[in-house]
Amino acid sequence: MSNGTMEIKAISGHRGGTPGGGVYDQSDGKTRSGTSRDYDVCKLVDTTTCIGCKACEVACLEWNGYDFRDTTFDNTYQTMPDTAWNFWNLIRFNEDTDADGNLQWLMRKDQCMHCADPGCLEACPADGAIVQYQNGIVDFNQEHCIGCQYCVTGCPFNIPKFNDQTKKVYKCTLCSDRVGAGLEPACIKACPTGCLHFGSKEDMLFEANKRVGQIKANTSYKDAGVYDPEGVGGTHVIYVLHDATNPERYGGLPRDPRIPFMVKMWKGPLKWLGGLGITLGAFAMFMHYVRYGPKRVEGEEEKKA
Amino acid sequence: MTNGWVDIKNTDMMLIMGGNPAENHPCGFKWVVEAKKVRNAKLVVVDPRFQRTASQADHFCQIRAGTDIAFLGGLINYAIQNNRFNKEYVSNYTNAALIVNKGFKLPEDGLFSGYNPATMAYNVSSWNYEAGGNVTGTAAAAIAAGDGPATADTAAQVAAPQPAAMATGMGHAAGGPAAAKASPGAAPAPPSLPPDVSYDTSLEHPRCVFQLMKKQFSRYTPERVESITGIPREKCIKAWDMYTSIRKDGDMKKVGTIIYSVGWTQHSNGSQIIRTAAMIQLLLGNVGRAGGGVNALRGHSNIQGATDMAGVFDILPGYLKMPVPADTDFATYAKRITPTSAKPKEWDSFNYWSNTSKFAVSFLKAMYGDKATKETDWAFNYLPKIDRKYSWVEQWDNMYRGTVKGLMSFGMNGVAIGPNSHKNINALKKADWLVVGDIYPEETSDFWRSPGISDDEKKQIKTEVYRLPCAGFAEKDGTFVNSARWLQWKWAAVPPPGEAKLDQEILARIFLGVKALYQKEGGKFPDAILGLSWPYANPNNPSLTEVAKEINGKTLADTHDDKQTPTDWKAGQQLPGFAWLRDDGSTSCGNWLYCGSWPDAGSNTQRRNPDDPSGLGIHPTWGWSWPANRRVLYNRASCNLEGKPWDPTRKQVWWNEATGKWAGNDVPDFKVDSNPKDHMGPFIMNPEGVARLFVPLGPMADGPFPEHYEPIESPVVNELHPKQSNSPVVKKYKTDMDKYGTVADGYDIVCTTYRLTEHYHYWTKNNPMNVQLVPEPFVEIGEDLANERSIKGGEKVKVTSARGTYIAKALVTTRIKSMQIAGKKIYQIGIPIHWGYRGIQEDKGVTGLTPANLLSPTVIDPNAYTPEFKGFLVKLEKA
Amino acid sequence: MGLSRRDFFKVVPGGTAALLLGFDAAPVLAQAKELKIARTTETRSTCPYCSVSCGVIIHTLGDKAKNVTPQVVHVEGDPDHPINKGTLCPKGASLYQDILNERRLLKPQVRRPGSDHWEDISWDKAYSEIARHIKTTRDATFVETDANGKTVNRCEGIGFNGGCTDTNEFNYLVVKTMRSLGVCYLENQARV
Repeated sequence: MSNGTMEIKAISGHRGGTPGGGVYDQSDGKTRSGTSRDYDVCKLVDTTTCIGCKACEVACLEWNGYDFRDTTFDNTYQTMPDTAWNFWNLIRFNEDTDADGNLQWLMRKDQCMHCADPGCLEACPADGAIVQYQNGIVDFNQEHCIGCQYCVTGCPFNIPKFNDQTKKVYKCTLCSDRVGAGLEPACIKACPTGCLHFGSKEDMLFEANKRVGQIKANTSYKDAGVYDPEGVGGTHVIYVLHDATNPERYGGLPRDPRIPFMVKMWKGPLKWLGGLGITLGAFAMFMHYVRYGPKRVEGEEEKKA
Repeated sequence: MTNGWVDIKNTDMMLIMGGNPAENHPCGFKWVVEAKKVRNAKLVVVDPRFQRTASQADHFCQIRAGTDIAFLGGLINYAIQNNRFNKEYVSNYTNAALIVNKGFKLPEDGLFSGYNPATMAYNVSSWNYEAGGNVTGTAAAAIAAGDGPATADTAAQVAAPQPAAMATGMGHAAGGPAAAKASPGAAPAPPSLPPDVSYDTSLEHPRCVFQLMKKQFSRYTPERVESITGIPREKCIKAWDMYTSIRKDGDMKKVGTIIYSVGWTQHSNGSQIIRTAAMIQLLLGNVGRAGGGVNALRGHSNIQGATDMAGVFDILPGYLKMPVPADTDFATYAKRITPTSAKPKEWDSFNYWSNTSKFAVSFLKAMYGDKATKETDWAFNYLPKIDRKYSWVEQWDNMYRGTVKGLMSFGMNGVAIGPNSHKNINALKKADWLVVGDIYPEETSDFWRSPGISDDEKKQIKTEVYRLPCAGFAEKDGTFVNSARWLQWKWAAVPPPGEAKLDQEILARIFLGVKALYQKEGGKFPDAILGLSWPYANPNNPSLTEVAKEINGKTLADTHDDKQTPTDWKAGQQLPGFAWLRDDGSTSCGNWLYCGSWPDAGSNTQRRNPDDPSGLGIHPTWGWSWPANRRVLYNRASCNLEGKPWDPTRKQVWWNEATGKWAGNDVPDFKVDSNPKDHMGPFIMNPEGVARLFVPLGPMADGPFPEHYEPIESPVVNELHPKQSNSPVVKKYKTDMDKYGTVADGYDIVCTTYRLTEHYHYWTKNNPMNVQLVPEPFVEIGEDLANERSIKGGEKVKVTSARGTYIAKALVTTRIKSMQIAGKKIYQIGIPIHWGYRGIQEDKGVTGLTPANLLSPTVIDPNAYTPEFKGFLVKLEKA
Repeated sequence: MGLSRRDFFKVVPGGTAALLLGFDAAPVLAQAKELKIARTTETRSTCPYCSVSCGVIIHTLGDKAKNVTPQVVHVEGDPDHPINKGTLCPKGASLYQDILNERRLLKPQVRRPGSDHWEDISWDKAYSEIARHIKTTRDATFVETDANGKTVNRCEGIGFNGGCTDTNEFNYLVVKTMRSLGVCYLENQARV
């Protein structure tokens, strides 16, 4: 395993120096590697060349060993209505028309965005259950997960999913086992059209912007753009969209995702509350508000194909 | 494919029609995306549905299934009217300049000259070139003299019926099986091509191929095409303009490709649709060039190989024609199937098929070894002589009629594949025995307990059925051939599970068992069985390495040949290529096309060097490509007359004046020392040396030019010629299971069938991973039709054709629209084919247990004998 | 193995091949999971589905030593392959479950005339019965000369249908054997 690529940047429920030699930086609360250069990974999803073939869905399931699940036909090509604890990668299908009235069949790979400011990690009270590596991967460590589901609240993309049986939460690992061994994630490797690409964030942004330039110059999609939302500090999964002004068209991609305010409070100024030894019951009530209070504002209704 | 998968990246323009590669060939489709991303290539998609490929299109047209020739004919008309073709290419590399017989008539009334309604076949003797010399410059005089093609009035007198010259289809020269059947006894000499063909390089003579073609497609106006296809004319014109824009004013720099699949072949005029595409590519000068070509995306891993290896009734390996009863000895057979060159006197023609007898003798040596000698006439009579069509649909028809009594089926699910699955099930009930080799339980071996068969009826079904467990792909070695003609060896990773066995062991043991019975008991004509060469170290389980080497071929005697390098060969050496094959019995070769795949140095199919020195996606050292490791066919045509590439940035081959030879990044598909001054045609497999815009003498049974005919089941009559709506040579079958529906009977909706990217034919319904992606069958229905019939998405619907009923849930979509056809509102629906009555979901009772091919009709293309799975009539109701 | 791979993963999501072999791969804090293909044997094959011919790598347990029956643990695209360059479609990506599939046919079976069930049959018995069927039908339907006295040597009562994943070498053996029997109804998926 290449430690150089998998050093830890942040750990849930944890402050101070992290194992692996990183140095905690007081100025921004982040842990930096003292020995290796800054290096972060990124998936680029070019929705304009996605054909919705679902190779990424299968590659993800095969690599991670998740098996057959019963699904039901629901008037759409989409495999399931939403991702699941053991189904981390879902292509969302949307029939639409472009500005000229031409049919568009929009397909988007939905998965964990691996935020630079991960709301899940921010919200997680369990020591070591959520880890952010220096390379940007946000990974769940189920062994330390206490099943509180605060991460579900913290995520503006509705990604972490709870397993009733194991009482743990799961999501895409960005194939941390593969990346740690120097391989690309399974979904990236499988993608037939090359709509998925993997590399450093810098390179992927360069590629994404180049592609956007090409789309604007050669097609009628003048609103094409890159999706790398600032509200979560940017993401390690970025999209090229034909229409970046309406990310909601792509199966409800949030226009301006942010970590819920109360989660921010809990990990920031209100952290002392935990230190005061608030009773678990009161704490849970508070978190219940966080979970079911000011949540997603966009509608769940999606026009699917 | 004339070109290859990676080669698509070299293109500037793509027309994908009759195929849905994003859905069915996603990993090959990456090269379409690459062309778009790297070269800014444009993509035009034409399909009955807005599907996954359409999602990537720059321009999409929704077409009524079965009207492709109308759309493509309109494209030809547009290209000619707007000077979007290259005259140098067309007049020198195609037969555009060649003059056609006076008696030939175009099908203004739906019929070419020579039609015989009694036999529903053409006398093709008028479909020929005129003998003579260079008539360039005489066009004005010819027009003044009224020397045009025949009309309906004059044609009848010129072309009197001659039974010996019936068109036969599928590459048979006139005088093939049907001719033999039509005229038993002494066959009069069939008409042949004149050795010196009259020609006009100005392309102006009223009877030159170009003028005939121009006249033929001038009838395909935008208005007419709109009315037939349902594509609004402005969308048609946009598509035609985009595609032909690569040839503005004849400039040859840019290249366009046409990509298709079974959406073209599965029609009652499928071969002619593909011909129309080929004509477009020839007219535009796109054939033989990097990023160009006519590219068939075969739907399965090795059906290209199965065709090469003659897994079909009418050929022997390497596309040698099957013998017919009139071939009383090898010499007669060889003469019949070997063309002689027919060309303008001043031009040269390689006529590669003139080597036919070398391929055929070497094949017979591989088959029958020492039994095949000059004295035994190469054991020619060991081969069966076919007298009629023995194709897929005929097999089931004759089983149903009771003459085919036994069937062996290896990895081929005939019931689900159809067409008309009920007929196939009922045919199997009448067979004595059935042997199925497969890896999963499937519909065919379980026909005797298919839905609807009662316990009482089972007792009446006397068919004995054997179900043998075979090996899966990971358990077998050997070669597959992909669409791009690449042979690639694969290695076995695991042994077959349980008692399952390698397919070759099963076949060998069955055959050797039969042989032992004939040895012991005698029987009908045991000679060929006892005489078959079976030289394998383990006869019961031949190693595929041994077999592959036998296919490649070897020398049987020490030989000397001044024309080859090296000149001397020892007996037993593996041959380096088909140029070394001989017809004196000194070489043996199982399939001449594959000669060179396994030379003395070892297997070329096992090569795995991914280098691509030219950057054109040739990859010359990865696997091996037939013929002769050539990656783009007809690549001589990538150069102008002087032998210089049309586009110097995409150099494939070129004439090297200094060495006096053709050189290239690819292997030249040409006589290597033929100086461009000699004007040898680049299409070396045709006796003309040039490509055929007009097909003389009946290899195409339904006409030398394409013409739009309606599908056998159509919601409208043919606007071009209402009295001849369907193809005049397509026959309907006549058993009580062969029913055909009409709008008058209430079958008012056009139905087409297809595959989904999540599934593979009738196979992945056993794979839980694929089942969860699309768990149930469905019927794709446009929103306006669904609204009209109050059908909601997810509700069960019943689709009924004249042959059967299909039940599945509705998928209501905006991606299929209603169409205006000849002033009528016409609806189209689509059905993915992947389900039947055996599979994960079927066994759970989740599906309707109705194979989609219960619906499809028993109708076949007259040339390729492929059934019309696309575009038949159904009714639609709520279930 | 008492616990099938499939059952195993129902209990332990995200399990690895290493776990299957009994190693304790419980990730230590700050360590990503073990790579399940780190020590497998790789065999190059070709995807059996469409005609693109994607190169696939079949990962098996064991190093091909004599005492090992290899077990497939994973299938992935061959990154060297010029056409697919490591990519696979949803069918190719699920080949693992095509190779290891509980629905595979594992023994020869026969359905007797009039019967309502399959019964097991030994290979030897199956071979000899099938050979007898072929000889009987062939002798009954063979045409040596046609109505015009021409030698035709046709067996008109037997058909052979080849599938789409039969190799060239197998198909060649089919041509050799079937044409020597005189079979005319020789057809293949290539037709339809």
